[in-house]
Amino acid sequence: MTESVIGPDTRDAELERPLVDAALENTWATASGFWSALATVDHKIIGRRYILTAFAFLALGGVLAILMRLQLARPEARLIGPDRYNQIFTMHGANMMFLFAVPVMEAMAVYLVPLMVGTRNIAFPRLNAFSYWIYLAGGLLLWVSFVLDMGPDVGWFAYVPLSGPQYGAGKRADIWAQMITFTELSALAVAVEIVVTVFKQRAPGMTLDRIPLFVWSMLVTAFLVILAMPSIMVASTSLILDRLVGTHFFNPAEGGDVLLWQHLFWFFGHPEVYIIFLPAVGMVSTLIVTFARRPVFGYLALVMALIATGILSFGLWVHHMFVTGLPRLGESFFTASSMAIAIPAGVQIFCWIATLWDGKPVWKTPLLFVIGFIFTFVIGGLSGVMVASVPFDAQVHDTYFVVAHFHYVLIGGSVFPLIGGIYYWFPKITGRMMSEPVGHWVFGLIFIGFNLTFFPMHILGLQGMPRRIYTYQPDMPWHGLNLFVSASAAVLAAGFLLFFIDALRSARAGLPAGANPWDAPTLEWATSSPPPSFNFARIPVVYGAYPLWEQREALSVADGLRVDRRELVVTSLVAAEPEARESSPRNSIWPLWAAITTTVMLIWSIFSPWAVVWGSIPVAIALIGWFWPKRVPEDEA
Amino acid sequence: MRERVVADLSRLPLHGLRSASVTWWGTLAFMLIEGTGFALVIAIYFYLMSLAAIWPLNAPPPDLLPGTVVTIILVISLIPNYLVSSWAEQQDLRKVRIGMVVMSALGIAPLIPRAFEFAALNVKWDTNAYGSVVWTLLGLHTTHIITDLVDTLVLTALVFTRHGRNPRRFGDVQDNCMYWNFVVAAWLPIYGCIYWIVRL
Repeated sequence: MTESVIGPDTRDAELERPLVDAALENTWATASGFWSALATVDHKIIGRRYILTAFAFLALGGVLAILMRLQLARPEARLIGPDRYNQIFTMHGANMMFLFAVPVMEAMAVYLVPLMVGTRNIAFPRLNAFSYWIYLAGGLLLWVSFVLDMGPDVGWFAYVPLSGPQYGAGKRADIWAQMITFTELSALAVAVEIVVTVFKQRAPGMTLDRIPLFVWSMLVTAFLVILAMPSIMVASTSLILDRLVGTHFFNPAEGGDVLLWQHLFWFFGHPEVYIIFLPAVGMVSTLIVTFARRPVFGYLALVMALIATGILSFGLWVHHMFVTGLPRLGESFFTASSMAIAIPAGVQIFCWIATLWDGKPVWKTPLLFVIGFIFTFVIGGLSGVMVASVPFDAQVHDTYFVVAHFHYVLIGGSVFPLIGGIYYWFPKITGRMMSEPVGHWVFGLIFIGFNLTFFPMHILGLQGMPRRIYTYQPDMPWHGLNLFVSASAAVLAAGFLLFFIDALRSARAGLPAGANPWDAPTLEWATSSPPPSFNFARIPVVYGAYPLWEQREALSVADGLRVDRRELVVTSLVAAEPEARESSPRNSIWPLWAAITTTVMLIWSIFSPWAVVWGSIPVAIALIGWFWPKRVPEDEA
Repeated sequence: MRERVVADLSRLPLHGLRSASVTWWGTLAFMLIEGTGFALVIAIYFYLMSLAAIWPLNAPPPDLLPGTVVTIILVISLIPNYLVSSWAEQQDLRKVRIGMVVMSALGIAPLIPRAFEFAALNVKWDTNAYGSVVWTLLGLHTTHIITDLVDTLVLTALVFTRHGRNPRRFGDVQDNCMYWNFVVAAWLPIYGCIYWIVRL
């Protein structure tokens, strides 16, 4: 029907609305079928895959946690031996940090940022497809190795000399190091896409002070990724070099240094905490606005707090190394900077409380998780201020106190808002609502289960229970609390199980959502649920930070774009004034080939340095295929 | 949701150059990533140097000649690189074609003295930590040159096809020139590190 009317250079303004949609669908849609699914570059399809994969890794990591709790429930348990236990806690940490926490936040951004800024696809959509395949390959590498009893067993931060050539025999530490390369490569790719999408593809009129706070948080996060992740890539690469070709970066006998590893790791590792936390902060700001029914209190303060947290996060890493015998003056500096980060965190907390205070809160499930977040994160923040103090840290270092602290910060500070965010955006992604009554149960089980599981670990730590022990003797005073923690972990696990069941059931049988079920103010709710392949039939034009509340009669839009090629609007960095009608790449199978060849090269290079030479040739061929122009309208100009 | 058309975008160009182009920003972002990587390896160099009683560790300083020749070639290459970029700005396809051939040659040229540079370091990567870090610095930058060279060769082939007469290609050429400036700029601190810090 459409082909007869649509020729080259047909503009949307020339067509009636139903025809515009049909023509755009024709241009943007991903056909059904296996090969189309592999070739798609639609940010929504890739984002959905990313989210599902990340939650699958969450479930797997959760199973490992349950195994550890079973083992620790009583003294001298024989369920898991020491070698397997070493692999399990390493896998749990590495999986949760590198395969769940960072990717799931980037995944949410891959899905949401283009919709929230009012554009039709993420910048560099083929790179986006590539990043997903690389992430999947890294995850499979880690888990297949674990199943083959080759899983890394050196802790999620793989300290040398334990992970070095002298003590880390076999390929276990290399698997860890190369998994890092995979996940960081994909994270860096997504970070570049987000920066450019936010800088250059915002809807006309979306000036800097009108950017949704979740988008701001992802922009700051993307810069943290760009500046922090090279450090871990340099670290893991030098570790592989030490192990494979005999360099001496971490060998004190030949002028290397083991603490160099810790510096490199934590120069990445501390910003990593904020790479996980800042997106959650953005989600909280978004959810609070919608459910408090008023604009956020202190928009500027919140944005400044995001940026300040991002900058400060690079000045904290040494507080992970207080017991390594560094100079006292250095330690004092890092104590002060660690405490300073409480200031932007406090600013945010007070802005959220003020927004809720002055609003008319609607107590739906997403808001419950926000309240759970504020409560839990404040506790985690307080124990953070405690361990920022050198004498206290020296006492509790490597004990369960630290385990309690970082689970409060990471689960309380990040997973709670994420689950709230899933309840909030699920209708947009699937077109259906999740269950409100089940959601209250999920919240109750997770919140209570979490606190009962992790609060006693503070006490266990103060009682001297070390981290990473596979069992303990009956004469230690830890048995009762450990049993209690393990039983509580079952409650927590039940909460997550119920969440997964609710999500699966609602995706098929939930109530239809409509475009904007929460009466939310940001642009992702201006289009249908789930959104069409082209996101917006006409590009929105905005005049404030809350366009859907400010333009209740009719949404202002722009037209004049072509419907026969994938076209979107590039706008200026600050004022978001339209600059070009840029084309957006079509689906392509080449990113998958590039990912496969890269995977072969990276895994091969665990075994031979020549892999980098010979393996890079197929990578180069795949990249040339990727970028070589084709006879399609997108490559015209 | 009802819509009200308030703006007409039909007269916008199909592709913007420099800061109006998403690839320009993407290139900048990748330069930031790679620049951070180089800065970190240089930081490792100084970190290891600060721990060592003597520097270089049990090795004579590197010979100056090959590295200096590379540096001279790289710095000279900035002139044709600048010209190619401005020809791309003027969308002068004939000059861009010549310029890209020249830049391809200037991408290959530094690799020849570079091959001698590794031997001129006077230390092996597995001798000690000093050897490890200078080989890594040199190896990283060699990878940098080769990556950009492959990019330049493919783009050179492309400007000789029918795809060459496309505003998008001129943008690609400009981005490629910008990246080459970065390859040269990244080398200068590495050159200083490898060859001159040890002579201070």
